[in-house]
Amino acid sequence: MKDAKDMKLKIGLAEMLKGGVIMDVTTPDQAKIAEDAGAVAVMALERIPADIRAQGGVARMSDPTVIQAIQKVVSIPVMAKCRIGHFAEAQVLQALGVDFIDESEVLTPADETYHVNKWEFKVPFVCGCRDLGEALRRIAEGAAMIRTKGEAGSGNIVEAVRHMRTVQSHIKKITILGDEELVNEAKKLGAPVELVREVKKLGKLPVPNFSAGGIATPADASLMMQLGAETVFVGSGIFKSSDPEKRAKAIVSATTNFLDFDLIAKASEGLGDAMPGLDIAEIPEEQRMATRGW
Amino acid sequence: MTQIGILALQGDFEKHSQMMALLGHQTLLVRTKEQLHSCVGLIIPGGESTTLTKLMKKHDLWNPVRQFSMKKPIFGTCAGLIVLAKKAVGNNVETLGLIDIQVIRNAYGRQVDSFIDTVTLKLGRDESTFEGVFIRAPKIVSLGSDVVPLAWHGDDVVMAEKGNILVAAFHPELTSDTKVHEYFAKKIHV
Repeated sequence: MKDAKDMKLKIGLAEMLKGGVIMDVTTPDQAKIAEDAGAVAVMALERIPADIRAQGGVARMSDPTVIQAIQKVVSIPVMAKCRIGHFAEAQVLQALGVDFIDESEVLTPADETYHVNKWEFKVPFVCGCRDLGEALRRIAEGAAMIRTKGEAGSGNIVEAVRHMRTVQSHIKKITILGDEELVNEAKKLGAPVELVREVKKLGKLPVPNFSAGGIATPADASLMMQLGAETVFVGSGIFKSSDPEKRAKAIVSATTNFLDFDLIAKASEGLGDAMPGLDIAEIPEEQRMATRGW
Repeated sequence: MTQIGILALQGDFEKHSQMMALLGHQTLLVRTKEQLHSCVGLIIPGGESTTLTKLMKKHDLWNPVRQFSMKKPIFGTCAGLIVLAKKAVGNNVETLGLIDIQVIRNAYGRQVDSFIDTVTLKLGRDESTFEGVFIRAPKIVSLGSDVVPLAWHGDDVVMAEKGNILVAAFHPELTSDTKVHEYFAKKIHV
């Protein structure tokens, strides 16, 4: 059921998170560190993407105990992930009172054809995308926030850049199309024409567009903000580094002041080791998370 | 200069900016005290109050905003209201204490408890209704005797002012109704 009021509240919360950093955390202690560093929200996980990648196996929704323990210690919004298409996990997360659900390719997909019908939920959803068609399909299903996927747990920004550039350049192209060209464009995108019209009118996605997957340094955060992200998700980048507290603060600073390079230079000093990164070419095709989602 | 500053450290500053632009006012996204000083009024947007407080201190805007309020009007919505309040009850968020109200953060609950409902607005002699968008909203639980209530949701005061300070627990910037922003613009005489 589409409900304009519900959608306003969902997108409204996404608006409140703009200009901030959303951090992956696995324990209440980490959640506190994130909140103290100035995170606008935390993503409560059992394992961060880098560990999911290393350990393999089926990655599922987190244990509710983990989520509840984190909800108890922070006052900022708590997000959690469900598997693509696993609407029952989403129902459980809604019952737990999480503030945002990430229908995420980081977990093992539960449905190879359909994503969750997000209109059915009162809690807002964020979904990943690699291109504009994927973004608009997720919005058509009721997503209130889009994040470009990047390659989670890789510590490598190249995929995040690719996805953000792909989305942004396609948006630019649509703004100069004639109205008569939009139906054909929608057909090519595999997305509803109403949303394509809206993109043309707004010159941006109709919901906030955040960036995720591979952000490990303050400069990475600035890069994504300059490319058009409105907020960044940092997953493994913080708690897989040698000094999470310092790095978390530095990434928050760099996100807020993404054009203040003196400040970013200063924030980048002496952060210790960043997470060890992966060359995307070394990740076997079937282990790439970004390709999950349809 | 007659530009209205929008504190742009984090939150829905763009929405406030769009609203003021719609009313024909010049706006400036404020991230430094130099920028603050070039403005005739300031809006502190919705966002996360813990984050906003930390960032304001880090950017050396905490005391400058306090000094700014002695001469020029400030409007805070949601998290902005918390930052301006005297005290956030039962929470460790530090506040500027520029308006004598006590508030409870996330008073209505989590995001699933966020709601939209009609608010009664009384600006001067005009009484009207307004679309109240409440997102993880704070609640004003006590008002000092010199604070003037301006809007109600049921029995709760959801908008108030005292001198240069105007606060709202809801988000007028997320609606298409410009009344509240017009009221603030009048306060700064632009």
